[in-house]
Amino acid sequence: MKLLLAYSVRNAWSRGRTTMLTVIGMGLVSLIFLSVLMIGDGLTRALVDSGSPTNVLLLRQGATTEIASGLYRNQTHIIRSLPGIASDTDGNPVALAELVVLISLTKTGGEAPVNVTVRGTHPMAFTLRPQVRLVEGRPWQPGTAEIVVGSQIASRFLPHGIGSALRVGKRDWQVVGIMTADGTAFESEIWGDVDLLMAAYGRESYSSLTLRLSDEAAFEPLNRLIADDPRLMLQVKRERDYYREKSVTLATFIRVLGFTFTTIFSIGALLGGTMTMYGAVAARTREIGTLRALGFVPTSICFVFLMESLIIGATAGALALAGGAALQFVTLSTMNFSTFAEVAFRLTLTPPSAAATLGFSLLISLLGGLPPAIRAARVPLVTALQAPGR
Amino acid sequence: MVIIQSVIECCHVTKSYVRGDQEIPVLRNFNLSVPNGQFLAIMGPSGSGKTTILNLIAGLDRPVDGTIRVAGTEVSRQRETELARWRARHIGFVFQFYNLIPVLTAAENVELPLLLSSLSKSERAKRVRAALELVGLGDRLHHYPRQLSGGQEQRVGIARAIVGDPTILLADEPTGNLDREAAEAVMTLLRRLHRELGKTIVMVTHDPFVADYAETVLHVDKGKGSSR
Repeated sequence: MKLLLAYSVRNAWSRGRTTMLTVIGMGLVSLIFLSVLMIGDGLTRALVDSGSPTNVLLLRQGATTEIASGLYRNQTHIIRSLPGIASDTDGNPVALAELVVLISLTKTGGEAPVNVTVRGTHPMAFTLRPQVRLVEGRPWQPGTAEIVVGSQIASRFLPHGIGSALRVGKRDWQVVGIMTADGTAFESEIWGDVDLLMAAYGRESYSSLTLRLSDEAAFEPLNRLIADDPRLMLQVKRERDYYREKSVTLATFIRVLGFTFTTIFSIGALLGGTMTMYGAVAARTREIGTLRALGFVPTSICFVFLMESLIIGATAGALALAGGAALQFVTLSTMNFSTFAEVAFRLTLTPPSAAATLGFSLLISLLGGLPPAIRAARVPLVTALQAPGR
Repeated sequence: MVIIQSVIECCHVTKSYVRGDQEIPVLRNFNLSVPNGQFLAIMGPSGSGKTTILNLIAGLDRPVDGTIRVAGTEVSRQRETELARWRARHIGFVFQFYNLIPVLTAAENVELPLLLSSLSKSERAKRVRAALELVGLGDRLHHYPRQLSGGQEQRVGIARAIVGDPTILLADEPTGNLDREAAEAVMTLLRRLHRELGKTIVMVTHDPFVADYAETVLHVDKGKGSSR
């Protein structure tokens, strides 16, 4: 077994340039496949991980996004008095009414403006979303036109960082801090004082209310209480479910588009692998005859050539993973069709995606290597022994 | 009375090849009996069917008619997989162009037939070394075929053929690609294997000098054999 494996490896190696070109071709297609997975994983991380398992989001019934939702002040008071909500150290319920609006900003060096989410909130937002941390500057002072911007906003829209001014709701707001959020969508948001933002936009209602449950089991009773109260007319969603729903359309679009291209390219890679292995079989026909004459059965011959093809596939997979590891440093941004807001995310390499990519490379090489391997096993013995040697 | 048992029996063997729509007869009603331990050379002009005889004995090819019994097995009636296993056990093949695997070392080439046995790794290594030492290449275990001369390559081929201790050694023009000096060395080695180890050897050659090393010479012409 070890010797036959060595035979396959050394043969693949001995063909040098041909093997290398096949590996590169197959590796690039595998890298495209991996990139699609990494984009999907990056989006999932940016959007789904924005939600916390114990946080619950309340929106107006029928609204699918915070932008399209509305909650009146009296509704937020009723909700804050309900049981099942966690309390802070001062005994106040951890519940945050926020206003979400979109503004148009132009990227540094760009021309077309894109939508950016501005969240009117309260400093309690940092407690409710512990993944959000200030990395520079300070939080906004309540009641002042100060804002904190996500790191993705700072890097792509605000070349001057802290001290810059942004026009939001017909007034200028000064940037006083920059925040990160473990790669989640909050890094693509701008946060400021909720009351001032409502005044700036002439709004009397909030967009949403986010609260922390006293424990996860409190979700169902709270959901029933809100559903049964005719004054509220609100829907209750776990924060993670809300963000997952927001990511579905975009992630599905990217995956379908990506996999369509990957399928087309993989046919090319597969044919490349097939040609390489047919070449190998043709060049080694006499060797095949020799092995058969020594007593190796046709299935062993088939196995040897399949193994060789799989070695090429595994090397291509490893090459794709190396490329994928480098791609982790790439940040992409796109408009989320659900919210119409710009969201930036990092390509993320996860163990399941790495395993899927290796599987994809091996599958291409297996499918590409199978017809030549079968041909090798079926070469007429006497004819094979008469073939010219290497 | 000493009963000499035949290890190879070909009875009324007919073989022809089809090229396009033409049938080319190679062997017609061919009979051959090789006693155990004999060194037989088969001679004849090109196209006389020498190599075909060897291929039929080894089960690499099948006759159109007749029976071939080798080492107690009727090879003309075996299935492909059974034949492969039988070949691994009973046949050692020496090729004209050595047929060594270029990406494997001398030792690895010799080890190949043993992969089909149930021997342990250490046992295989021991046998490989012994076979290569027997052919005088104990110091070339880790050399690749490209690092060996033609004569040395053929000796590795012989080591590969004998390492599994087969019942019969078949050699197809074993010196056909060698100069006289290397040919002498290879033939001396084959004769030694026959005399000292009692190996049954069937060799195809067109060279009378090489045929002289054999005990018996069979001349084949137009598919018929006559012994000398």
